[in-house]
Amino acid sequence: MIRFEDIGLRYGTGPEVLRHVNFTLTPGSFHFMTGASGAGKSSLLRLMYLGLRPTRGTITLFGRDVASLKRADLPALRRQIGVVFQNFRLLDNLSALDNVALPLRMAGAGEAESREHVVELLDWVGLGEHLDARPPTLSGGQQQRIAIARSVIARPRLLLADEPTGNVDDSIGMRLLYLFEELHKLGTTVVIATHNEGLISRFAHPRLHLDCGILSVIAAGLPLPMNIMAPLALPTGLTSGLALPGCWS
Amino acid sequence: MLRHRLDLPLAEDSTGRLLVWIMAVMVYLAIVALAGSMVLAGMAGRWESGLTGRLTVQIASLPDEGVRVARGGTAADTTAPLALRTELTLALLRGTPGVTRAEAVTTAAAHKLLEPWLGTALLDDLPLPALIDVTVAPDGRLDVTALADRLARSVPGARLDNHAAWLTDLRMLAHTAQMVALAVVMLVGGAAVAAVVFAVRTGLAIHSPVVELLHIMGATDNYVARQFEAHVMGLALRGGMVGLGLALVTVLALHQATGDASAGLLPEMGLESTEWLALLAVPVVAALLAVVTARWTVLRALVSLP
Repeated sequence: MIRFEDIGLRYGTGPEVLRHVNFTLTPGSFHFMTGASGAGKSSLLRLMYLGLRPTRGTITLFGRDVASLKRADLPALRRQIGVVFQNFRLLDNLSALDNVALPLRMAGAGEAESREHVVELLDWVGLGEHLDARPPTLSGGQQQRIAIARSVIARPRLLLADEPTGNVDDSIGMRLLYLFEELHKLGTTVVIATHNEGLISRFAHPRLHLDCGILSVIAAGLPLPMNIMAPLALPTGLTSGLALPGCWS
Repeated sequence: MLRHRLDLPLAEDSTGRLLVWIMAVMVYLAIVALAGSMVLAGMAGRWESGLTGRLTVQIASLPDEGVRVARGGTAADTTAPLALRTELTLALLRGTPGVTRAEAVTTAAAHKLLEPWLGTALLDDLPLPALIDVTVAPDGRLDVTALADRLARSVPGARLDNHAAWLTDLRMLAHTAQMVALAVVMLVGGAAVAAVVFAVRTGLAIHSPVVELLHIMGATDNYVARQFEAHVMGLALRGGMVGLGLALVTVLALHQATGDASAGLLPEMGLESTEWLALLAVPVVAALLAVVTARWTVLRALVSLP
């Protein structure tokens, strides 16, 4: 279970980019995360994969209060989280095979069993012919698939993806989302941040919608409330009555 | 096959090449300083062991010895000839408890000792003192001061030399040389540590996005530190081997040069096999120091990550 209670986040002395964020993700749930650029999606994902500490509030991850954990306990917790970064963050000096094997290596898995799983997964995402290729020699879409394969190879309990289908065509995007669906069915909690309404509409999953740092949980199939959609629809100068100070600055 | 071993592309950093040469210089200086210290300590030791338990009695030639001899004198008289006083001194020494051996140094042997300093031309004309080499029982029952007094009273021109002043100076020299060498090694070690800290911090700065990524993905601090340790170990060993090679050439060259120059004047200036082993171990010790430093630097830096 993942629970965020009254979470606030600010960078340095700047304004709060997340305010009073409260939600609970039950094990095996699947959520999309939506919101305009700058709404706080990446910040919320960073909090979820323990890349940041909140300014206030309590994060409970897999039933453990993160703030109360010792530093030495955090790596094991992080290894239960798979992350697909928006800019992939692959290691350019490693082959596709080694990039995907990284989580297994960190977990101390043997090379032989790692290779078998990695090759199978890379084959599945259509990169079976590129095992030894370095990321810079691959297209954006291919790199994205490596990033996705790396995020799921260790069967994480929580999978976080930031625009995982941003660089691939719709057919591959659907294929990747079906991979996330498969993981979800196996019990992985999945949160996918995306702008792709077309993809969202094909899957009946609730969404975590962020608007100027404030989170709303919207049930599957329901449209976004008007007061949330308004800032997206109106020109910047006309949103001051709806948007919170600093949200669009 | 998963061929890769280091996740961080540390081998591409230019600071790595610099560290190799820094370690080479450090290891070179440390080995030369240590070798110098060992040679001096060994030399002093060999000198000391040669002199410990030994005394030398000098019986000087007296200016009017020839005249007095013609008149016929006794041994206790300043008129007694050198040979007679030498015999008296030998008898006195041999009768002294605690003296196990007393032998006069032959003129030929004395000449041989002086030849390296004075050459052969002058020796025949010089009024050399008679020398008696005395071996003392190791039980310490001989009162050296009392013996010296007795000799001075009994035999004109006789003087007992227990080498104490010489040995004290020698010990001081060896000790000072060792301290200097130790200071050099410490300074070199400190500089090497600073160089490793700099290289590792630079590596952390250059690769901070990857380090952060590994951290987020669940890498332990030890996992990240091991990457730097392995990298630094390789660089330090490479540098150390270069430094060792250069230092061995230098030490052997110095050994050869001093061996030629000091023949007959100084004790042998070689190194024991254990000392050679100690010198060979310097690159390994330097590499271990570098690894420990790298680990410490990385672990300290990673604390700042969430």
